[in-house]
Amino acid sequence: MKDLIRASLAIIVISGVLMYVVSLLEDTSSAGGGGTINVYNWGEYIDPELVSQFEEETGITVIYETFDSNEAMMTKIEQDGTTYDVAMPSEYAIEKMKESDLLHPIDLNKITNLENIDPYFLDLPFDPGNEYSIPYFWGTVGIAFNPSLLEGQTFETWDDLWDPTLEQEVILVDSAREVIGMGLNSLGYSLNSTDMGELREATDKLKTLGPNVKAIIGDEIVEMMRREEAAVALTWSGQAADMMWINENIDYSVPEEGSNLWFDNMIIPKTADNVDGAHEFINFMLDAEVAAQNADYVGYSTPNQAALELMDPEVTGDERFYPTEEMRERLEVYENLGLEMLGVYNELFLEFKMDMEK
Amino acid sequence: MPDLKLMEQQAMKSNRTNPFYLIPYYLWIVLFVIAPIALVLYFSFFDIAGNLTLDNYRNFFSSVYLRLTLSSFWYAFLITLISLLVAYPTAYWLTKTKHKQLWLLMIIIPSWINLLLKAYAFIGIFGLYGPANNLLAAIGSERLQILFTDFSFIFVSVYIFIPFMVLPIFNSLDRINPALIDASRDLGASSWTTFTRVIFPLAINGVKAGIQVVFIPALSLFVITRLIAGNKVITLGTAIEQQFLVTQNWGMGSTIAVFLILFMIIVMMVTGEKGGTINGKIK
Repeated sequence: MKDLIRASLAIIVISGVLMYVVSLLEDTSSAGGGGTINVYNWGEYIDPELVSQFEEETGITVIYETFDSNEAMMTKIEQDGTTYDVAMPSEYAIEKMKESDLLHPIDLNKITNLENIDPYFLDLPFDPGNEYSIPYFWGTVGIAFNPSLLEGQTFETWDDLWDPTLEQEVILVDSAREVIGMGLNSLGYSLNSTDMGELREATDKLKTLGPNVKAIIGDEIVEMMRREEAAVALTWSGQAADMMWINENIDYSVPEEGSNLWFDNMIIPKTADNVDGAHEFINFMLDAEVAAQNADYVGYSTPNQAALELMDPEVTGDERFYPTEEMRERLEVYENLGLEMLGVYNELFLEFKMDMEK
Repeated sequence: MPDLKLMEQQAMKSNRTNPFYLIPYYLWIVLFVIAPIALVLYFSFFDIAGNLTLDNYRNFFSSVYLRLTLSSFWYAFLITLISLLVAYPTAYWLTKTKHKQLWLLMIIIPSWINLLLKAYAFIGIFGLYGPANNLLAAIGSERLQILFTDFSFIFVSVYIFIPFMVLPIFNSLDRINPALIDASRDLGASSWTTFTRVIFPLAINGVKAGIQVVFIPALSLFVITRLIAGNKVITLGTAIEQQFLVTQNWGMGSTIAVFLILFMIIVMMVTGEKGGTINGKIK
């Protein structure tokens, strides 16, 4: 018993010392003056040099954390364990957060660099008047493919994925809206469809894709394509850009029936501590040079017109990643379909995984 | 022996006189065992809009979830069976070796490595240009798609569960009094009869414990189904994860969890031991 008490005491003392050391370390790191802001972003979605530059210029310390899905991000902001000052959700998540009253309005007078943004990306249906959000990056959903592993197949239409010569070659991203949306698009329906008949038809059609499906996975897609383990992948434009960065054989195409156009945006959660710091950070990220450097690093498409002029024309002229406005008309933005419809999409996705033809 | 009895009496006395000491344990059990299960049960009666309903249960008996349950059981059964077939001879052989503890340690060490790391390692090993396929190519075979198949899923799962199957079987085999085996031989039983009539029945509790430890988690694997099976095998665990994290339908997720708990109770009842016979019978 004595030993047990002694051991417990030792553990308590050691924990106390460790906690003290941690608090000391945190104190010194935030001693820059100007306070701190907590930034909550997708993984690999900012040039870390820019974070240091922001800290130097403003004296504000940035605590940076990452998430890997809109849903996880929203759950964490709702729970309010850590107070985040800036986050980068996608458009449908912003609609949802607005409904749940999780957003702090943005004072556009403080965002002087907003004039750098292409007006096409402002005042969009998910946030009229940019009351709560400022565009960060945008992109599409499409097909990444490696012609060196293929026999001349191209991907102008979604139906090309059903080509019988592609047996066991296609990787799909593990996300219900992207996959079911692709099924809907391939039939000429809207990827925001809520018509059960259309959804049923799309799911049944997807099941026949089974023999060609190699796997349904997440971020591992990038590695698989880089190492030429698979020839074709349904993925986001930015992931495709990541693949192409390493493996030059890879190409990307957005099929002509249409696809998804998405926007990630900077927001300030309602629970933010340092609202002024958050505004400063957002304004900083919109600076032309900063945005150009960031877009170079991240590889996604920037909505920042002034930055585009500073970037390599070979990149900004690439219609695979910067589709012209005319091409964008074929694309659709995800609408927030509500939790119930999201449930239906997921149940159909589960059914598709279960019943894929082998 | 009298010492032990005395201590037991003392312990009982102090139990009687000081129920106060039990409060932390009761608190623990209420907070971390009973409350979570009660919450799961509670949430399972609400739909996504927060209305009290039995729809989740009705929904569970729709074809998708029912077939999902069946396929989970089928894969868990295969994984358990193969683990048992590999682990039993291994455990038996271990009891015969000189440095039992060392060999045992070598079997256990892999289980200290994080599951995710092991899964990622297998992505590399089973890849088209990974070591497994290099070996195949070296012996003149074509490169095969190993990753994202039923084979790779079952192989990796069995690999992960084997230490958990070996350990209880080894313990119960090792506890068998060698005199019993000698007696069996002396009385004229063949090795086969000795095994089926003496060794196997005496070690059956180890087998049951091993089956529990493997079968129950195998029902709800979800990391491996995604990374190794590419979501072409899906289990109840996949469905629960999706309901909670993506769909945010806690009610449906909880309902699936309730059924998973029920299945676990059934498995434990079927394979349960009756009152610690291992120690009672043998010592």
